[in-house]
Amino acid sequence: MATTDVVPRGSTGSTGRTRIVNDMSIQVATVNGSGSQSSNTVLLRSIFQMGVPVSGKNMFPSNIAGLPTWYTIRANKNGYIGRKKEIDFLVAMNPETATEDVMSLAPGASVLYDEPLALHKLRNDLVFYSVPYDKLVAAVCPEAKLRKLVKNMVYVGVVANLLTIEMEEIEKAIRKQFAKKVKAANLNLAAAQAGFDYAKANLEKRGAFYIERMNETAGKIIIDGNSAAALGCMFAGCTVVTWYPITPSSSLVETMIEYMKEYRIGPDGKATFAIVQAEDELAAIGMVIGAGWAGARSMTATAGPGISLMSEFAGLAYYVEVPGVIWDIQRVGPSTGLPTRTSQGDILSTAVLSHGDTKHIMLIPCSVEECFTMATDAFNLAEQFQTLVFVMSDLDLGMNNWMSDPFPYPTTPIKRGKVLSKEDLDRLGGFARYQDVDGDGIGYRTLPGTPHPAAAYFARGSGHNEKAQYSERADDFENNMERLNRKFETARSFVPRPEVTKGNNARIGIIGYGTSHWGIGESRDQLRDEYKIETDYLRLRAYPFTREVHEFIEQHERVYVVEQNRDAQMLSLLKLDLKPELITRLRSIAHITGLPLDARSITDELTSMEGK
Amino acid sequence: MSTTTVEPGSAGPKTNRIGLTVIDYKGGKTTLCAGCGHNAISERIIEAMYEMGVEPEFVIKPSGIGCSSKTPAYFMSRSHSFNAVHGRMASVATGALLANHKLICIGVSGDGDTASIGVGQFVHLMRRNLPIIYIIEDNGVYGLTKGQFSATADLGSKLKTGVVNDLPPIDTCALAIQLGATFVGRSFSGDKRQLSAMLKAAIAHKGTVMLDVVSPCVTFNDHEGSTKSYKYVKEHEEILQEVSFIPAFEEIDVQYDPGATVAVTMHDGSRLHLRKLEEDYDPTDKIRALTRLTEAHDKGEVLTGVFYVNPKAPSFTDMLNMVDQPLATLPDSLTRPPQEVLDACMEELR
Repeated sequence: MATTDVVPRGSTGSTGRTRIVNDMSIQVATVNGSGSQSSNTVLLRSIFQMGVPVSGKNMFPSNIAGLPTWYTIRANKNGYIGRKKEIDFLVAMNPETATEDVMSLAPGASVLYDEPLALHKLRNDLVFYSVPYDKLVAAVCPEAKLRKLVKNMVYVGVVANLLTIEMEEIEKAIRKQFAKKVKAANLNLAAAQAGFDYAKANLEKRGAFYIERMNETAGKIIIDGNSAAALGCMFAGCTVVTWYPITPSSSLVETMIEYMKEYRIGPDGKATFAIVQAEDELAAIGMVIGAGWAGARSMTATAGPGISLMSEFAGLAYYVEVPGVIWDIQRVGPSTGLPTRTSQGDILSTAVLSHGDTKHIMLIPCSVEECFTMATDAFNLAEQFQTLVFVMSDLDLGMNNWMSDPFPYPTTPIKRGKVLSKEDLDRLGGFARYQDVDGDGIGYRTLPGTPHPAAAYFARGSGHNEKAQYSERADDFENNMERLNRKFETARSFVPRPEVTKGNNARIGIIGYGTSHWGIGESRDQLRDEYKIETDYLRLRAYPFTREVHEFIEQHERVYVVEQNRDAQMLSLLKLDLKPELITRLRSIAHITGLPLDARSITDELTSMEGK
Repeated sequence: MSTTTVEPGSAGPKTNRIGLTVIDYKGGKTTLCAGCGHNAISERIIEAMYEMGVEPEFVIKPSGIGCSSKTPAYFMSRSHSFNAVHGRMASVATGALLANHKLICIGVSGDGDTASIGVGQFVHLMRRNLPIIYIIEDNGVYGLTKGQFSATADLGSKLKTGVVNDLPPIDTCALAIQLGATFVGRSFSGDKRQLSAMLKAAIAHKGTVMLDVVSPCVTFNDHEGSTKSYKYVKEHEEILQEVSFIPAFEEIDVQYDPGATVAVTMHDGSRLHLRKLEEDYDPTDKIRALTRLTEAHDKGEVLTGVFYVNPKAPSFTDMLNMVDQPLATLPDSLTRPPQEVLDACMEELR
């Protein structure tokens, strides 16, 4: 398949008459396991180093080697870093998909291909460039077995020349990529240079696309969401991590292991953390809960199938009131689904995960910076509310490279919640674990190992009274469930508030969350510029919903809820919260293709629903 | 004010080495059936903890679901309990010990909770050698759901309804030995002396202790035809050794015949003496242990004793190389790196 699921919309490029500067998407079609990741990163970084806003998205198969994969780099002077549907410059390295990749391009796009593929015969409305890769590689790489890997760096040089990316920046990026391997760096640099020189001498630039130096990336960093989350968790004071590998969450913990080994081992060689790979997701969450009960700041990272498995334990944590943080890097379900594609498909099931009346706090980051900052929020809320907190990231955010301002050092203190010490117990004489002393629904807890005869309580998933004693009494059960509800209501005032962006006297509102944000921002500009439609925008950052969400809906005639799933899951959750007369104002724009939601899809659907 | 004279011999209630009475180790009133083997096991735990002078506030009692898993409510009320979900006590216990490696963990499970629904977590716990005393209160049936077979029910054992079990049992002791537990034994809830000695040795051991305690269900599995009834166990019990335990804090020099007794020095210096009733049995030999357990099944014996012990293997919490202070209570200064660390991380990403 090709990843451009579009019918060509008319020419975006040209054949040399116009110049399109710093506004393009480059797609590299290759085979997974061929080592193209390094080349693509170098290309991305070079553009970034030239000060041009850029993003990179990897569309890869659930496979180790030999299947098609696409890497898309979007450079955009306006800072739009969401996915763009149309591909402007195709680097066709995979013979298997080359024909389909070329056929799905819009007229005016450029294609760079390996000479023997002879792709130029396919269409006459594109700009074609051919390169004899094997010949060029053989010249710079005497070792035959390395040629397959180095071949990819040749296209970097060719692309640099054709798009006017400076060779100095390519070199700098290669040196960074192969920081500790000088020999590899030199070999790759030679390959890139060979490509650059070949293009300079043999290819006449006819495409419309140019990269020119800007100053929009100074001081910024490039990082993926999972790494940002790993850093965030380290600075949030996390002490216990238990996990089971699952795409696309594994790299979160793997990166965290690296960071923790580097920065959380004392001079005596002792660790201020424990990271354990569990036998499955059931054990991973069981360990999180055991550790949370005993006082650790504990977490796991998983994806949809893991969330499903954790369901029973999630109910236990809710009812026993044990803190813990669960990162859900959402991928496409149901079932195994598309393990390497992105979605926002776990929202509804996670909100009420487990049997009985269960509700959970969810935080929803849209950026790598929020992956970092929400880590501290998540651990603090988990301990303050003595409950699980789910951080709903997704594959697009977690595994792709994003440009960002450097993360601010956390100013929020580490909050451990209502925990009674020996001294507290000396003073109080005793305590009732589930008594609502403060009227906020949150009881006081003790940790095992507190040296006081009255410290212990009996944590149980079975019915219990205020003193944590077994009880099947109707009033005990009802009081406890009502108190849990009160606690959840309290959480509304403590979770991250939504971000509201106002248009100009807009009657239409858009509600979005997570990575849909990037498409929505760009779409709002398209709606204004192309259709004269003004919109206000509310980006949800947490569940339960805060007061601002209700107010936003009240202020607008129609509110479009944009999300990346089939069943309008967030809209369904909103319906549970809203007054009936407000429910009718909601409209759904729900997309589920497995690819990050692009602006054009939102704009097209919204305008069609608006009758434009 | 008059002087109170105290007569010799009436010096108040008896206390243990940390000044607590046996009452300090008691739990709530049991709600299990009269005569249930589980109650006897709770009593033995209370005695062992009292006699070993364990601080109850440093003990945790995780359990799963079932009659057995209710019992932490009936012993040691001064210790934290966690009655979790069915078959998953192992992971909760593991997490708790990661948070606080100084806790003494006595996990209570049943045969269904361990060998049926919980076998996945059970086997992984065993291979980690987590420092836990894992007790299976084993009656071969589900009590709370009124008497269905569990996976430890013997081949040919008969339910009250006449249904005969036609599948072989899972031998949890053989599994535990094979997978890496470092103290594995089987006892009988009716054998006060043996169970007490094994529990005290268990408290002294640093690593996974797996004790399968046959504990008859008087309501659903104590009839003719059952292989987990009081009568059957008494008639078929084969005792491997006479187990005795000498704690480190007791300066007693016990004489023993090295030819007839295997003496094991535990992690804390206490001693486990196993007086051989079977001449060639060596509890440090895994292969021998597995062979003997297989023989027991073939002969229809209920074999009890310490099958395997290795006090030297590193425990899971040792291997994690954590700071001495429990992770749960580390100060922020140790868990949140300073600004310079974030600056360095950001610089690498530019």
